[in-house]
Amino acid sequence: MPHRYLKAFTGLLAATVLSNSALAEPLEVGIGYIQWIPDQGPVLSNVIPEPEDAGLKGAELALQDNSTTGKFLGQTYTLESTVADSGEAAIAAFDSMRRKGVGLFVVNAPAQTLKAITASANEETLIFNAGAKDDELRTNGCHANMLHTMPSYAMLTDALGQWLNQRRWDEVFLITGPTEADKGWADAFRRAAKRFGLEIVEDKPWTFDADLRRTASKELPLFTQASDYDAVVVADVRGDFGEYVPFNTWLPRPVVGTQGMSPVAWHRVVESWGAAQLQNRFRELAGRDMNSEDYAAWAAIRSIGIAVTDLGNANPDAIRSFLFSDKFQLAAFKGRKLTYRDWNGQLRQPIPLVHPRGLVARAPFEGFLHPNTEMDTLGFDRPESECRING
Amino acid sequence: MISLFKHTALATMIGLSTPALASLAYVSNEKDNTLSVIDTDSMEVVDTIDVGARPRGILLSKDYTKLYICASDDDTVQVLDLATRKIIDTLPSGEDPEQFALHPNNKHLYISNEDDAIVTVVDVTNKDVLAQINVGIEPEGMAVSPDGKWAVNTSETTSMLHWINTETFEIEKNIVVGQRPRHVEFSKDSKIAWASAEIGGTVHIIDVGNLEQIHEMSFKVPGVNQDRVQPVGIELTDDGKYAFVALGPSNHVAVVDAQTYEVLDYLLVGSRVWQLDLDKDQKHLFTTNGVSGDVSVIDVAELKVIKSIKVGRYPWGVVVDPTS
Repeated sequence: MPHRYLKAFTGLLAATVLSNSALAEPLEVGIGYIQWIPDQGPVLSNVIPEPEDAGLKGAELALQDNSTTGKFLGQTYTLESTVADSGEAAIAAFDSMRRKGVGLFVVNAPAQTLKAITASANEETLIFNAGAKDDELRTNGCHANMLHTMPSYAMLTDALGQWLNQRRWDEVFLITGPTEADKGWADAFRRAAKRFGLEIVEDKPWTFDADLRRTASKELPLFTQASDYDAVVVADVRGDFGEYVPFNTWLPRPVVGTQGMSPVAWHRVVESWGAAQLQNRFRELAGRDMNSEDYAAWAAIRSIGIAVTDLGNANPDAIRSFLFSDKFQLAAFKGRKLTYRDWNGQLRQPIPLVHPRGLVARAPFEGFLHPNTEMDTLGFDRPESECRING
Repeated sequence: MISLFKHTALATMIGLSTPALASLAYVSNEKDNTLSVIDTDSMEVVDTIDVGARPRGILLSKDYTKLYICASDDDTVQVLDLATRKIIDTLPSGEDPEQFALHPNNKHLYISNEDDAIVTVVDVTNKDVLAQINVGIEPEGMAVSPDGKWAVNTSETTSMLHWINTETFEIEKNIVVGQRPRHVEFSKDSKIAWASAEIGGTVHIIDVGNLEQIHEMSFKVPGVNQDRVQPVGIELTDDGKYAFVALGPSNHVAVVDAQTYEVLDYLLVGSRVWQLDLDKDQKHLFTTNGVSGDVSVIDVAELKVIKSIKVGRYPWGVVVDPTS
């Protein structure tokens, strides 16, 4: 950490010496990062654990990226981060940072905690949701000072729905897990199925409580019995049973959804459009692969950086206006410029469809047309959302 | 000197009974670890040369005897002897070299080290690293003005043009441009620099005399979503008439009036057009098309695409040897 300050300081000196026309007044930009990931409970397919610093490392990388740009402009960035162990602790961390004058936040927490945090947000705060995928936060639970860099369940399942449609695999067997998140994901998928002409031939809740590491091959074939389907869709957000569905279905069919082939914000197999460089930088920093939470936090802090570079100040209200203006565009290694939807603050973005060791495709697909941008065929478009955070 | 060199080279080639005596274009194939050699008269691939891992930027020495190759995943710059088509040397390059530019003195090679936010300057005659210059995140495009005064680096994530004084190796000016700047091309008289911004969708015209932007261009390809219009490679004709701008996944090359900056036409080429080069008499423009794995040939007088030539996987850079 002291090393980074030293680097930024030297950068500042160098920039002062140089006759740099882009040089603005020295500026310090403080950003708060708050993470709270509730315990997922015991899961069956817990062979490969999720990294505990998912999100935080993405934020740290973006801070480095911003600082490198900032050193040419006399701008320094600092990150104050809290990994909380409860929702209350996350809210307390937010309040404490607010009192210290921090106005820019990236929050990686469940919707409920996020809502409690945004309840006290005003023009002096700008909050990026880099964790909660709940559609409700984008359809009627919006907040004027909250943007979303994490794709919603609807964006992810629309990506999957488009893919199934263009593969003409339009009869699917849906298995939904017991948690609220599983239901949220499955509801989003049912909406996608309607939008993209898919037929859900079976819609079964997961009720088994056996340990599939012993019995998957016996139980799942029976569970997935049906006359015919083109694919099995799994809604198991926390990874309880889903990893055991592939290769254990009654019919020899592919498995897609939260396991098998999945729609994600980011994954290590994304390498086009310069993504290989981002992946390398991340691996060097974190010693592991970059995931969707890291990407969402990275995109949030890079959005702030781009705004500050242009504005020459870090006023949250000014940054917010800039992010919704025509001038903002985020180069984020997805092959297109990314922008924020002005009705609900969601970052538009292509969605990679991946399996653990390869990229299968990238939504939106050709042929799914939209009058403004094809990216708005993913998730809740303006007429489908009640939110109007910009009036 | 040059002709002597080439004469010897030619003699060697005849000695080796290499068939190609015509004008040659070299194409780096990023995912094949090869170079394709195209005979620009017959418009056919006449040879494929194995090179290092993930070859991207390529350029010719000023005497046209050698080809320098950024072998990105080998963290090195390879030196290919054009007469024998053998790798004869490697240069220290810093990590992950992507693009580079050779100073008119034929000695100083400016290399973008994409993973390290550094530009490395190497003396190709003795392999000395003369300087390492801190630039923005993901340095990419690299150009040296024909008069040798300026080296310009584009940093993709920082979205800046860094102007490096070639006497002192220090940055003298940073110009913020559109998102993800990729490539810089100087006019022959070194007075104007053209810089493309891939995600910004813009080309920035810089007056080199006072280092100020004098114009910003954008492109609208009929029937193509604006998001897909992503300027990358730029090539200028010596007569000052045209600028050609490769527009990436829009699969078009823009033809621009180099004096008025007006777009005259959009030419349909292969998928994800990346880099460009003109042949020796500037009659043909060659484009690398990354996704379709081919090279399109544009007739400059007619402004028409006349041919596509299949090369390796993910062709990245192209240079035409004007003496061959």
